[in-house]
Amino acid sequence: MDWDKLVQLLVNGVTLGSVYALVALGFSMVYGILKLLNLAHGDVLMVGAFIGWGVLGWLGGAQDPSVAVWILIVLMVLGAMVGCGFLGVAIERFAYRPLRRAPRIAPLISALGVSLFIQNSVLLLFGANFRSYESFDLVDVEVGVHWGPLNVWILRIVVFVSAAAMMIALWLLVSRTKLGKAMRATAFDREAAAMMGIDVDRVIVKTFFIGSALAGAAGVLVGLVFGSINHFMGFNYGLKGFTAAVVGGIGSIPGAMFGGLFIGLAEALSVGYIEDVTFGRLGSAFSDLVVFLILVAFMLLRPQGIFGKPDVKKV
Amino acid sequence: MSTQPPEQKQGEPAEQPRIGIDEWVASAAERRSRTLAGRFEEAYERAPPALKLVALALPFAIFPLFVDSDYLLQVGVDTLIFVLLALGLNVAAGWVGLLDLGFVAFFGLGAYLYAAVASPYAGRHWEAELAIPAIAVAVAAAGFLLGSTSRRLVGDYLAIVTLFFLQLWLVVMVNASFTRGPNGISDIYPLEFFGREVVSLEGYYYVTFAAFVLVVAFLYLLNRSRTGRAWRAIREDELAAELMTMPVNRLKLMAFAVGAGIAGVAGALYAPAQGAVFPLNFDIVLLITIYAMVVLGGAGSIFGVTVGAVLINASLEALSEPDDASWVFYVAGVGAILVLLRRPRWAGAAIVGGTVVFGFVVHELAERWRPSLVEGSTFGTARVDELVDSWVLLPEGIITQDGLPDGATGKLAFLGLVAAVLALTLIRSPLWRAVGLVPVLYLAACVWENLLLAQPATARFILIGAMLVGLMAFRPQGLFGQQRVEVV
Repeated sequence: MDWDKLVQLLVNGVTLGSVYALVALGFSMVYGILKLLNLAHGDVLMVGAFIGWGVLGWLGGAQDPSVAVWILIVLMVLGAMVGCGFLGVAIERFAYRPLRRAPRIAPLISALGVSLFIQNSVLLLFGANFRSYESFDLVDVEVGVHWGPLNVWILRIVVFVSAAAMMIALWLLVSRTKLGKAMRATAFDREAAAMMGIDVDRVIVKTFFIGSALAGAAGVLVGLVFGSINHFMGFNYGLKGFTAAVVGGIGSIPGAMFGGLFIGLAEALSVGYIEDVTFGRLGSAFSDLVVFLILVAFMLLRPQGIFGKPDVKKV
Repeated sequence: MSTQPPEQKQGEPAEQPRIGIDEWVASAAERRSRTLAGRFEEAYERAPPALKLVALALPFAIFPLFVDSDYLLQVGVDTLIFVLLALGLNVAAGWVGLLDLGFVAFFGLGAYLYAAVASPYAGRHWEAELAIPAIAVAVAAAGFLLGSTSRRLVGDYLAIVTLFFLQLWLVVMVNASFTRGPNGISDIYPLEFFGREVVSLEGYYYVTFAAFVLVVAFLYLLNRSRTGRAWRAIREDELAAELMTMPVNRLKLMAFAVGAGIAGVAGALYAPAQGAVFPLNFDIVLLITIYAMVVLGGAGSIFGVTVGAVLINASLEALSEPDDASWVFYVAGVGAILVLLRRPRWAGAAIVGGTVVFGFVVHELAERWRPSLVEGSTFGTARVDELVDSWVLLPEGIITQDGLPDGATGKLAFLGLVAAVLALTLIRSPLWRAVGLVPVLYLAACVWENLLLAQPATARFILIGAMLVGLMAFRPQGLFGQQRVEVV
């Protein structure tokens, strides 16, 4: 057994999983409140990655940053969060709000349109080339934790810790604050919440802001750790994030976290071992097959996900 | 005291509303029947089915007679394949209301299956009369299998499973060795019916046309059948349909499989028409395009979906040619304004006129105070571009030597346009909104001439995306669909 490889894969999986969890959280929150699959969520992440890239270039680039590295990273994440937050609000306002009372398929088609629009706008503005954060220049690869077989680059720790911090902050927000209570009430029964004096529209807007900000932060984290970004990267991260949300239990915050880590680990481990297990017949690109099978297994055996409650239809 | 039902007079048929239509709906229908579109629709509805089919198929049947270039005939073949795809997607998405995001994968599956039974690479050469039905059945079965994984086929879960299936399809096709990865499979044998090869492009056109007629007839009968009514019932109210003892799950799976089967047929026709299949021909952009086709014409109506597919494919073709692109842009833009702003009647015309005047005023002012803003020349070469040359602002230096926009100004204008459109939706008063629309439209024209026209491949998808969002917000029933009445 090659322990070094296993440990490295686990580290990879946790990093990837933190990103998926952030995507799944935003997705799950919106779903919880509007019962709407925000199919443009992955593209919000992509825009966040580009905003982070823009902030990086604006502050001197990776080789020669004009501020301390940790300030730079914080600014990149904050910039992406604010930018994506407003992008999310704009999407809600423009593509979803007019369709609150429309048949359920209408906002989904609208979301497809938003996705196509955002992707091609970014393509128009930045071109089709892959962009790189060049984060190896930003932080040396050797900096980090080295303990036995465990070799973790510091940026990976940053990704995990900041994702965890955001999740805890979100959990506190939802469970302890008035806004969180309003969100939960709106998710439970929108009409009843409105009758109790909750400004439902405002709650929905704030939910979109927070969810999209999380996706934006995830975009920067992806860029920091995995290097290159492009205009269609959102599809993959969005899809894995949705899968994580479904596996964890759609609409549940701990479910999204757990689902994200689960999917991230599953993907990393299958990237590492699928070639050994299938005697070289399937390459590492087929890790998606494993994740898909996990998704299908959950659909068949436990469609409500790990933390979800069974969906009871009301008349 | 028991209330007596009002007695009906003998011999006189009572004025009874049709079942399921209340007073409001009846009056709305009456109002609609007074308009031109309404009358046309009624006449179409009343026509016997055979006549309808002829009316729908005739333009396609005579198309090759008026066309003498191979390019246009090829566009015709592609259009018919897109119509088939849109009709297939319409079964699940339009009739039953299921969001099938893996639809393109079934199209790709059909194409690859054809390559697997009729190409030198596979070493087989099945005849088309055997291959196409076999592929249809096989792909429908694949659709059934995929659908059944999502146990209760709740719309949202189905969307994720099918979307993932599309991703998986792409991953497998790109990476697997047996499909030769991104190189695709080429030299696919042409269609061969009963020993006779279809060689000419015209032949392909008519084969595809025949498939179209068969599929339309099949779908028409299916829609009129018990199954079709049950599908629509599910779309309207799934729970009620279930309570009426309809086997909701089985019906959904059936719709899913029928749609996949039609996509398979389209794929089996596409592969030999192209002569080669590549995995990246079947991506999410194609999926969204097909959704746009279904939605534009009016989801649920065979006529609407067909027209929508033709319109979108024709405009996509036109938008890839800078010469035609401007015509499509301006005609579609003015058309959309006139269609959307019909009440009051003069509003659309006033806004179009106002935009034209506003543009000349701005252009005149710019010429006087900031000549640098109008010194450039447009990228387009069509006559309409020459006309607008003295109307839109064309700052110098936007087009660089290599013919691509250098960025800054045009891109800023694009972002400004998006922001302006968003700001416009925040204006509550209809009057001020209409007034604000004028500079926004002018800005759109400037962005078009300065930036979008230089990159038609990207610009056309931006337009499709914007159209989908706008369509869903303002006219979710599409051009020809019936407005749905939501019962609260």
